[in-house]
Amino acid sequence: MIRLEDVHKQYGHQKVLDGVSFEIRTGSVSTIMGRSGAGKSVLIRHLIGLETPDSGKILIDNSNIVGMGARELNKIRRRFGVLFQEGALFDSVSVKENVAFPLREHLKLSEKRIADVVHEKLALVGMTGHEDKYPAALSGGMRKRVGLARALALDPELVFFDEPTSGLDPITKGVIYRLIEETHSVRSITYVLVSHDIEGVLDVSDEVMLLFEGKIAMKGTPEEIRSSADPAVRQFLTGSAEGPMAIE
Amino acid sequence: MRLFVEEVGAILILLWRSLIWLFRPPFRGLEFVRQMDFVGSQSVVLIVLTGSFTGMVMALQGYNGLHRYGAETMVGATVALAMARELGPVIAALMVVGRVGSAMTAELGSMRNTQQIDALASMAVDPIQYLVVPRVFAATVVLPPLAGIFSFSGMVGCYLLSVHYLGIDGGTFMAAVRYYVDADDIGHGLVKAVVFGLILSVIACYKGFYATGGARGVGIATTKAVVASSVMVLISDYFMTALMF
Repeated sequence: MIRLEDVHKQYGHQKVLDGVSFEIRTGSVSTIMGRSGAGKSVLIRHLIGLETPDSGKILIDNSNIVGMGARELNKIRRRFGVLFQEGALFDSVSVKENVAFPLREHLKLSEKRIADVVHEKLALVGMTGHEDKYPAALSGGMRKRVGLARALALDPELVFFDEPTSGLDPITKGVIYRLIEETHSVRSITYVLVSHDIEGVLDVSDEVMLLFEGKIAMKGTPEEIRSSADPAVRQFLTGSAEGPMAIE
Repeated sequence: MRLFVEEVGAILILLWRSLIWLFRPPFRGLEFVRQMDFVGSQSVVLIVLTGSFTGMVMALQGYNGLHRYGAETMVGATVALAMARELGPVIAALMVVGRVGSAMTAELGSMRNTQQIDALASMAVDPIQYLVVPRVFAATVVLPPLAGIFSFSGMVGCYLLSVHYLGIDGGTFMAAVRYYVDADDIGHGLVKAVVFGLILSVIACYKGFYATGGARGVGIATTKAVVASSVMVLISDYFMTALMF
C-alpha cells in the first residue's frame, strides 16, 4: 500500500505539491491525472524517492521513505519497477543488456537463467527478435515496451509508469495499454500511472485521481470520474479551454 | 562568489562520496577496466604524437637559447627536466581534458537529461558508484603512465632532433640527461599527474552528472568542464610546483 500524507514541495516561489494526500491499494491500477506541468512527474519522482518533499510523509507498506537512508531506500526500490517517460534505456548497451541489467545487479543468476528471463520479459511485451538492437534503433513505442520489460525484470510488487503513452500514435498507445492490462493480469502487482491521456487511463484504471493546483482535486473509480460534476474534472474530461484550469 | 563557493563545495562532496563508494561493494571491476581503456589505452596515440612534437619543439627552442652560451650539449638535460617535472604531466592532463574530460561530461550530461541516471537510482543502483567512481579512479590511476609516455615520447623526439638535425653528440646528450635528471624529478611529475587526473575527472563528472537543460545544457556543461578543468590543472600545478620546488 502507498500512502501520501500532506506532501508539500516548492521550487523557488512555485508551489508544485500543496498538501497532496492519497492512498493506493495493493494490487490496484491507479492513475494520477493532470494537465502538463501540473506536477505529476514531480509527484512520481517523490514516490520513487528521487526527490524529497519539503514536508509530509510518503509511506510504502507503512515505511516512510522521506528522510530514509540510501541503504534502506534501495531495499524498498528493489521492489519497484519504473517505466520512465522516454523509456530511459541505457543507450550504450543492447536491448537484452538493458533488460538484464537489474537481474545482474541484484540477483546471482547464471548467464543461462538471465538469458531465459530476458527472453521471457521481452516476449511479454512483444519485443522478441529485437534483443541485439540498441535503443537508438528503436521507435518511441518500442523503447517504452523494452522499458516495461526492464521494469518487470525483477518481478516487482509495484510498478510506476511516468506518462506511458506520451508522444505515441493511437495504435501504439493501445498496445501499451493492452500490455499494462495483460502484465497486470499475470500477477497482482500494484501499478501507479501518471498520465494526461484521460481516455486511455479510464479504461485500464481501478482508481483515478486528478492533480490540480498541487492537490488531489478528485479521487474515484473511472465511472465516478466520468459522472463527476466537479468543474475541474469536467474541463479535463471535455478538454475545454474554459474552466478552472486556466491556460497559462 | 557565493555560487563559486557552492560549486566548489558540491564538487568536494562528489569527490568525498566517490571516495566512500570506492571502498564499498559491489566493486565494478569491468567498469574500471572499460574506463581505464577509454582514458588510457585510447589516449596513447594522441599522447605519443603530442609528446614527440613537444619534445622536438623544446629541442629547437632550447638549442636556440643555450647555443648563445655555448651550452648546446645541455639541451637534452634541460628538456628532460622540463618534461619530467612539468610538461609531461601538464600537457598530458590538458590532452586528457580535451579528449576524455569533455566526453565524460557529455556522456553523463546526456544520461542525466534522458533520465538514465534516474533509472539507475530507481533500480537501487547508486549512480555515483556506478558512473562516477570508475571514471575518477581510472583517470587518477592512468594519468601518471600517460604523463610518463608523454615525457618519454618527448625525449625520443628531442634526442632524434638534437642528434640528427642539430648535430649534438648522442653520448653527450644521454650523459647530461642521466647526470641532471634524478628520481625525484620523475616522482614530482608523477605526483602532479595523479592530482591532475583526480581534478579533471571530478570536475568533468560533476558538470555532466548535474547537467540540466537538454542538448544546450549539455553543451554548456561540457564547455565549462573543459575550461574549469584546464584552469584548475594549471592553478594546482603552480601550488604543487611551489610546494615541491
